[in-house]
Amino acid sequence: MLDLLLNALSSGVLLGGFYTAVTVGMAISFGMLDIGNLAHPAFIILGSFTTYILNSRFGVDPIVAGIVVIPGFLVLGALIYETYHWSFERRGEEGLRGLSFFFGLLFITEVSLILIFGVDYRFVEAAYIGPTIHIGLVDLPLRMLVPCVVSLVMIAVLQGFLSRTFIGRAILAVSQDGAALRLMAVSPTQVKRVAFALSIGTAAVAGACLIIIQPVEPSIGRDYIGRVFAVTVMGGMGSFPGMVIAAMLLGIVESLTATFYGPSWAPAVSFGFLLLTLAFRPSGIMGR
Amino acid sequence: MSDTLLKISRLGKRFGGFVALDGIDLEVRRGERLGLIGPNGSGKSTLVNCISGVLRNETGSVTFDGQPLDRLATYQRTRLGIARSFQLPRPFRSMTVTQNLRIPLLYTVNARSTRRMTETAIAARCEELLRVVGLSAKADRRPRDLTQIEMRKLELARALAADPKLLIADESMAGLSHSEVDEILELLHSLITQGITVILIEHIMRAVMSFSERLVVLVAGKKIADGDPQEVIRHPEVERAYLGE
Amino acid sequence: MRNSTFWIWTAVFVAVIFALSRVVTNDYFFFAAYLVLQYIVLATAWNILGGYTGYVNFGVAGFFAAGAYCSVVLHKIWGPPIPVLILVGGVVAGLIGLCMGYLTLRIRGVFFGIATLALAIVIQTFITNWDYVGGSRGVYIIRPAQAPLVGSYIQYLYLIMLAMAGLSVAIARTIEHSTLGYGLATVRDDEQSAEASGVPTLRLKLISTTLSGALMGMAGAPLPYYVTYLDPASGFNLSYAVNAIAMPLIGGTSMWLGPVIGALLLGTIQQWATVTISSALNLLIVGALLVFFVVVAPNGILGLWEVRRRRRA
Repeated sequence: MLDLLLNALSSGVLLGGFYTAVTVGMAISFGMLDIGNLAHPAFIILGSFTTYILNSRFGVDPIVAGIVVIPGFLVLGALIYETYHWSFERRGEEGLRGLSFFFGLLFITEVSLILIFGVDYRFVEAAYIGPTIHIGLVDLPLRMLVPCVVSLVMIAVLQGFLSRTFIGRAILAVSQDGAALRLMAVSPTQVKRVAFALSIGTAAVAGACLIIIQPVEPSIGRDYIGRVFAVTVMGGMGSFPGMVIAAMLLGIVESLTATFYGPSWAPAVSFGFLLLTLAFRPSGIMGR
Repeated sequence: MSDTLLKISRLGKRFGGFVALDGIDLEVRRGERLGLIGPNGSGKSTLVNCISGVLRNETGSVTFDGQPLDRLATYQRTRLGIARSFQLPRPFRSMTVTQNLRIPLLYTVNARSTRRMTETAIAARCEELLRVVGLSAKADRRPRDLTQIEMRKLELARALAADPKLLIADESMAGLSHSEVDEILELLHSLITQGITVILIEHIMRAVMSFSERLVVLVAGKKIADGDPQEVIRHPEVERAYLGE
Repeated sequence: MRNSTFWIWTAVFVAVIFALSRVVTNDYFFFAAYLVLQYIVLATAWNILGGYTGYVNFGVAGFFAAGAYCSVVLHKIWGPPIPVLILVGGVVAGLIGLCMGYLTLRIRGVFFGIATLALAIVIQTFITNWDYVGGSRGVYIIRPAQAPLVGSYIQYLYLIMLAMAGLSVAIARTIEHSTLGYGLATVRDDEQSAEASGVPTLRLKLISTTLSGALMGMAGAPLPYYVTYLDPASGFNLSYAVNAIAMPLIGGTSMWLGPVIGALLLGTIQQWATVTISSALNLLIVGALLVFFVVVAPNGILGLWEVRRRRRA
């Protein structure tokens, strides 16, 4: 019983670490830029599939594959932001139509992947998928440990970027007050474009992590919509420390639920969290 | 029926650590012409928002016509007789000017009385309101086709349509020309003769001084002066607030 | 469109459709038509909360499947006639809408949209874990041999859905011209300003979510008899949401005619694509059309027509 509990907890922590990578893109696009990018999970799956291609065709290590495609994802993000800005942000009509735009993108991405790859599960091969480290009663599968570490490294890098570089600080500023930026002769639109591109860039790495942890097929993105929003909202919309805490919390509760009640209840956990947070504390755990 | 229409006692409102309103006491008599001034950020709009119910005050109370407002939603306060115009006009963009005026008639006037207005009566009242503010020519246009002053007039017309006992005009004259300001002032005076109490919040001193019979000054969330306009503006603290140390 | 004109056209439309049903013997027509009519109901229902009130509902499947699974439960207990199922489905889905509205409508529009998705998935998870209705394995429903009014049961289902389509359109149209409709429009345009004008925004929003949800539940009630095999994956499919959103946005959200146009157009295209190419492709078409229209023609087909009409004048 104790080892079951300890393992559920440790998997939960590892899962939580991975969830930060999944969510950080939303923390930027939704938390800081106020853009409700529902399609983010689909881009993560896209990242998984690009990793899959590079790994199965060319034998590239999955993590490396994830990093290598980042530039492509940055460009994709910039393009999407331009369309969004031109069609909606400019006219102040982000509400209904903006959300529907992203919802449509979610679908287009998912269905295109189905048309190209079919509905079979795909997986990658790497040296660290398989072995497990044993510490006392606790098993730490490398296929979960490695993505967790990679995710947290990515968060740390992003945090450093946001707080130390000029563009990074401009991004933090634009989330508070776009007008102030103009006074500094920086175009808020440019800054937002960079930020949104970055958010999609993280999807590449998150996708690589995902396909290391589990086999992937196009529609599992939908399971992640709830997780991504739940962690973003619970984490206080854009606060990195809050996001990490919320991700860990979600990972642990999901893991415990799956272990003791069965995995078919897992989706309800994240969405349930989300509903509760929205109903009772919309500003999240860290508050704003 | 007491003379006091609006009574605000020890009203307090904070945003996190920032104290926007610090124990405001204010009484407004029926039919009074009250002017409210203060530097930017002094809490005037916050006060209006607390009176109309957009914000909830943490401490103190607001009583209107003898009734405490604390638990009432904004729409309920409007139905009791408090009307406010917004600093930045907020008309309903998908509707015509006339349709904008129908809303308060349908949802405030009709909701109050047992004798509901018929469609013909509503249409007639819209026409009348448009005539009073001078917007008859634009009856079937959308708000995006209106000029600045026309938007301000529509904003006032909407407040009037709710048949209020108290009208709070929140900076309805900002950016208007000299003659346009006079037009609005005339309108406000006509409301007084109809028995409506008016609180005028303005930065345009000429307008405030000529309109108000009593002047209240708000600085940094506190009321620092309350009385005859001529005396109040000569008050040393008021001078300091506006001219600096 | 004046009242008399509307009712005349409706009568003509219904008469033609009914005549067709007497003449056409190929059951496939009724299968396809049922689907299109179902989407008219879903699109119209969505538009009441979406187009009229300004709140996006992504959890369409939750309400729709709630109606369907109510029917499954009732079928197992007693097997009442479809009109009863529709009523129950409507009431249950309406209550869900009311609860959801109460929990989430005090917060900003974007969060509302996400919450609707969350709700649908929570409901789906519960149904997936509920063995009485088949859980994840699904459940088989046998259609009754005899249909009340007409020959085949499929024809009967089709007529039922036709009636519901008419009902939902009539409700939408009535709302449009009523005080409620004006109130909903103010909620959409500017909630705070609406409150300042005396509009009880929370109450109107709750009416809107309840009504919209109820109609969706009613549309889902006959589903088990239509598909004969129902499982959560298909009942709660996200494609219901995409369609229910795409159809009004493509057709036009400002009046009842928009969702109808969208449903007829998109429904027909999808039927054709499923038969000729593949069913995955038809979702791609819907998604692509949604994005295209939302970016290029945000007021939909009705909007484009309006622009053309004004240019000519």
